Amino acid sequence: MKKYASLLMLGAIVIGLLAACAPQTVTVTVEVPVKETVEVPVERTVEVPVEVTPTPVDYGKVTFISTQCVPVEEAEKMRGVILADFPGQVEFVPADYATFEDTVLAEVKAGKGTIDVIGALHGQFPTLLAAGALQDVSPLLDEVKDRGIPEAYMELGKLGTDTQYFIPWMQATYIVAANKQALDYLPAGADPESLTWEQYRDWAKNIYEATGEKKVGFPVNGLLHRFLEGYIYPSYTGGMVTTFKSPEAVEMWKFVKDLWQYVHPESMSYEFMQEPLMSEEVWVAWDHTARLINAFKERPDDFLALPSPSGPKGLGFMPVIVGLAMPVTAPNPEGGKALIEYMTRPETQITTLREVGFFPAIQVDFPGYVAPGIRAQGEAVTKQAAASNAIPAMLPVGLGPRSGEINKIYRDAFTRIVINDEDIETVLEEEAANLQTLLNETGAPCWPPDPPSEGPCQVK
Amino acid sequence: MNLKRFNWEPYLLLLPSALYLVFFLAWPMFQAFGLAFQADDGHLTLDYMQRMFSDVMFSAALINTVKLIIAIVPLQFILALVMALLMMERLRGSDILVYIYSIPLAISDLAAGIIWFSIFTQRGYLNSLLYGLGVLDKPFLFLNYQSNWPFAAIVLAEVWRATSIVFVILVAGLQSIPRDYAEAAEVFGANWFTRVWRVTLPLLRPSIQTALILRTILAVQMFAVVVAIAGRGMTVLANEAYRWYSEYRSPHLAATYAMFILVISLGTAFIYLRALRVKEEMVL
Repeated sequence: MKKYASLLMLGAIVIGLLAACAPQTVTVTVEVPVKETVEVPVERTVEVPVEVTPTPVDYGKVTFISTQCVPVEEAEKMRGVILADFPGQVEFVPADYATFEDTVLAEVKAGKGTIDVIGALHGQFPTLLAAGALQDVSPLLDEVKDRGIPEAYMELGKLGTDTQYFIPWMQATYIVAANKQALDYLPAGADPESLTWEQYRDWAKNIYEATGEKKVGFPVNGLLHRFLEGYIYPSYTGGMVTTFKSPEAVEMWKFVKDLWQYVHPESMSYEFMQEPLMSEEVWVAWDHTARLINAFKERPDDFLALPSPSGPKGLGFMPVIVGLAMPVTAPNPEGGKALIEYMTRPETQITTLREVGFFPAIQVDFPGYVAPGIRAQGEAVTKQAAASNAIPAMLPVGLGPRSGEINKIYRDAFTRIVINDEDIETVLEEEAANLQTLLNETGAPCWPPDPPSEGPCQVK
Repeated sequence: MNLKRFNWEPYLLLLPSALYLVFFLAWPMFQAFGLAFQADDGHLTLDYMQRMFSDVMFSAALINTVKLIIAIVPLQFILALVMALLMMERLRGSDILVYIYSIPLAISDLAAGIIWFSIFTQRGYLNSLLYGLGVLDKPFLFLNYQSNWPFAAIVLAEVWRATSIVFVILVAGLQSIPRDYAEAAEVFGANWFTRVWRVTLPLLRPSIQTALILRTILAVQMFAVVVAIAGRGMTVLANEAYRWYSEYRSPHLAATYAMFILVISLGTAFIYLRALRVKEEMVL
């Protein structure tokens, strides 16, 4: 038995070696339509539609850097499952935002690169665009036009210009995950599918009073700033920036302080809420869908996926769009384009959802084999976006390289008001000044949910 | 000077480390200096400095860093000294002690932080133990940011992790002191404490100086242990430098924080060098 196994192994190695040694050049029939006028800068490779014959194609080595799917488990799923069927060797490079931006910008500055494809959040592209790092990916539009990518998402991919700079890849948002044990403590008459933030607080309070434990958690060491910018601010004030120090905002902060009495104190260390949920340290948690996915995947019968609660102004929520783009220095542009086309195929999109918990950016029905937990999460996401009082709040785009600083302002306001117990009006006044300085210095116009502005967005 | 007679050898031998220091320490330091005091368009500015001092997190970070240094360094020093003296008594099995004391040296600070986090967290080892023993009827929240426990946990983790560095330096120092001095003192009737106080410690001064400088500088830069244990519940200077760089994406502010850490490190090194000055005639 053992002998056979080693023989098989040997065979596999030999085949592998042969495959590796095989010539990389593959004959490809190229049909160039004559009417196509090529208007490209001289140094750029000419982009022509390529008709590939059904013979196996090898796009060679394609390097794919991404700020998403960075955690080791997700990166392994990308390499081992999602990218496995791509005809070429994809080197998937997960990178945190800082490393990602520095790498791409350095390559563009050097005029010579290794990266072919960029996967990043919608809000992470403007800096790259400003540095002239992004290629026009319009030639891909034809290939993905029947994928059913929502028009609004395609528009985001133009980054406020007339040129398509990224193709929407996947989407995510933030929802609430609840352990079914917590349902017993829901305030009277509350529908878990459409809670208000007040009911959410009462829920936390009921749990605390009944069990003596604070079992509602927030990812303070994770994406708390998105809760402040995209959820609680729009829900209470209807805006994110213009209403920063409004009377409604003062009421909102009073509410957050009130809620915080019943929030698990170890929230300060939580980065991903799926871990404390699964250890049952907390029962109810708000977080990014990709950071809750394991709880739903591993114990679909124990957890409920709920839309985020709403406030007096509506249900503020933040849709997260992840896009695929190509740097101007891509060494293998054909491979890069093929990879983008591959990533937006319906079957790849479903695999992506199943493996890493990001939802398709294309129109696709959830097939039967998607795990029940993920299906539940998907339904909560749809309900949240389709709620009649939904207020979609976008990631800031006009701040360019300084888009990280706005998070600090919201976080500092939170730390000062909720953790350090400073006076709300004073803090809002001071942080609003910081916010206005940032907006003035970057000249960023308002973005949704704030009404459009002429010139820099103004805090009222 | 006759060039032929000039001995190039020592300089040649020093060259690799000198080059290393220039390229990997001096040059980045110089660049950080530029980032901290130069705006993007190249003119000199104190803006970043002003922003750092007026940053709401700055004073908390500074105070926490200083508090941690005051709590950790003396504790580590005394512990390491006791351990080193114990070693030198050459008791049976003391060789094994060296290995046991040095284990944490091999563990990265982040790993050490995570180990101590898993001890103190709500579902951690300590709570499980106390619950199992019947001391607690429900988990105690050691890492509650409103209590002093996270601070204590950080001190404990740092003491556990980095005492061995001080220990190794002190043991090396102790081993270089000839035993004759202690024996001579013993002949004159000095007891153990007198010998340590009057003979060993003064002779150990150069090692103590090195150990304290190294330890304090490392404590000023303390980062991963704090992040692992306290998360956002507590901040230190290195933490702010990191966040300004990687989260808020301002290399200028990050460099300004780094320069500030450098100044504190230089300051403490200078104080130690002055306070524990080794007079020429004392070096035997």
